Amino acid sequence: MAQGTATTSAGNQPRLDVLEREDLVLNNRSLAWITNRVAGICENKMPLLWWLLFIPSAIVAVVGVGVGLTYLVSTGVGTWGMNNAVFWGWDITNFVFWIGIGHAGTLISAILFLTRQNWRTSVNRAAEAMTIFAVTCAGIFPAFHVGRVWMAWFLAPIPNANAVWQNFKSPLLWDVFAVSTYFTISLIFWYVGMIPDLATLRDRAKTKVRKMLYGLFALGWRGGNRQWRHYEMAYLLLAALSTPLVLSVHTIVSFDFATSVVPGWHTTIFPPYFVAGAIFGGFAMVLTLMIPARKMFGLEDLITMKHIDNMAKIILLTGFFVGYAYCMEFFIAWYGANPYESAAFYIRIIDGPYNWAYYAMFFCNVIAPQVFWMKWARQNLWVVMAVAMCVNIGMWFERFVIIVTTLARMWLPGDWRYYSPSSVEILLFVGTLGLFLALFLLFMKFLPCINIAEVKWTLKSSNVHHDEIEDEKREAALSHDADGRLLHKS
Amino acid sequence: MSNIRKVYGYLARFESAKDLYQAAKKVREKGYSRWDAYSPFPIHGMDAAMGLGRSRLPHLVFFGGATGFTLAVFMQFFTQVILYPTVVHGKPTNLFTLPAYFPIMFELTVLLAGLTTLFGLMVLMQLPRLNHPLFESQQFTRVTDDGFFIAIEARDSRFARERTRDFLEQIGGVDIELVEEKI
Repeated sequence: MAQGTATTSAGNQPRLDVLEREDLVLNNRSLAWITNRVAGICENKMPLLWWLLFIPSAIVAVVGVGVGLTYLVSTGVGTWGMNNAVFWGWDITNFVFWIGIGHAGTLISAILFLTRQNWRTSVNRAAEAMTIFAVTCAGIFPAFHVGRVWMAWFLAPIPNANAVWQNFKSPLLWDVFAVSTYFTISLIFWYVGMIPDLATLRDRAKTKVRKMLYGLFALGWRGGNRQWRHYEMAYLLLAALSTPLVLSVHTIVSFDFATSVVPGWHTTIFPPYFVAGAIFGGFAMVLTLMIPARKMFGLEDLITMKHIDNMAKIILLTGFFVGYAYCMEFFIAWYGANPYESAAFYIRIIDGPYNWAYYAMFFCNVIAPQVFWMKWARQNLWVVMAVAMCVNIGMWFERFVIIVTTLARMWLPGDWRYYSPSSVEILLFVGTLGLFLALFLLFMKFLPCINIAEVKWTLKSSNVHHDEIEDEKREAALSHDADGRLLHKS
Repeated sequence: MSNIRKVYGYLARFESAKDLYQAAKKVREKGYSRWDAYSPFPIHGMDAAMGLGRSRLPHLVFFGGATGFTLAVFMQFFTQVILYPTVVHGKPTNLFTLPAYFPIMFELTVLLAGLTTLFGLMVLMQLPRLNHPLFESQQFTRVTDDGFFIAIEARDSRFARERTRDFLEQIGGVDIELVEEKI
């Protein structure tokens, strides 16, 4: 055994010192406090601010999505500002934007679970809810972009009277499968994770209606270990399934572009570039939602500055991926010596009708997150919110830049058009923003917004082996000197 | 409603996760088989303490995933190559176009594996059910808050009114209660 490593009495394996971790729940809160605080949100009256946010966003959702779609369907997709050259405009931009937002939710719930990042427990529920609502908003755009929406069922491989089957080689059909699978699996993950907490709400319910509804959805959960062991396995399996799934979804979305022969789109960097961008934008949206929510419902002890700090660091990291992709695209356009590719980037960045959008994107996604190098910036909620907002806007512009600047300047100069969205398009996008916010606020009101069971699990007192570890450490401290060398007892 | 009541078993509360863990070991050593340890969160090492093996769920999920994969292969080949070859962009449809079918094979594998996880979980946990005798107990509502419980069922061959009660007391159980269900 090499000297300098502390060894335990049991077995001769070297053992790394267990460092004290920062507490994930502050102020030594008890189990009952956690239950009360989180379940209390669903049981008490909502604060005034909740209503001030909910009522406008619900109205915007109804007008934007409801009226907007009714007008669109009754008139035709011609009311959108698209033309022969720019056949994908705001609609596909918004679709990719919303799908991307969802990715942070799955990353937090699945990838951070597999890598044992326990800090995920207090944000994962809200992030997963955000995923589901974002995918709901995303689905609206391609579904209505098909034109005759009542024919959308043609996308599903159902035997029909025409005897024509879908083209399974088309990335657009891959998208249908990827997005619908993503939505279904995210929903299952969210729901399975919520069963024990729904049981908490059931057991605390005062009225009969609440007891019945929460009871119905809690499925009769009792929290016995004979249930927990299957439950934990199911959770692990869902995490393991969601991890490649989330990477595949945005990869397939990027295939919509990458498998075409359009300069500026036909690149192999697209899948990782899209996935990194999605996680980047998604974390910004998690922060945008959680910082106000934490303040509004007094969850500072559960969603601590440590959580916000971690997420800011992830934004910084993924911001680098995105920045790298921007630069690499530009480099390859030159290095690849393809005149069309370099022309596409020349028009996109230097001399084109939309280069302002490129600069907005570059500033918001690459420059703004750099303040997160400084600790004070990650600790100041106003700065964090401002950067998160920048990233939200920047990521929308990224998709706009990819889609519109490319299509507006394609192969034939005679086809070059300037595209600007019509009022119907703007109305629908604003409507989905309202829908997203309204759904999220309803979620805060009716469902436990923090994973109660998992947060309790992260407490030190919940670890039945905690005392053994402490004993071992004490023993090691007695039998080893400060450098970790074994002291020989005389 | 009749007044006949059936004994479900004894329910004992424990103060902490650690107490529950220690007690569970003792219940197992004593040889009880129809019992369970209830807690607001999963307790690390409890499966070993109770002598429970690994969950069988992964086996079910493997078959779910395999079904999804097979379905995708069959659906795409049958419709694209045999039933109605769609030639778009001059791209052929035959065995060599296999890579184009990978994304949907992957997605359907995940989809069916995920659905199997959900429904397999329900089967293994024997849920959903609308009621359970343990819900008759007032204190049992704390199980989803901060209560730790052990319940030994009357169906257990070692169950005996006095002895089981004394045993639960011995291993540190408090608020011991005989749970009865109405029939």
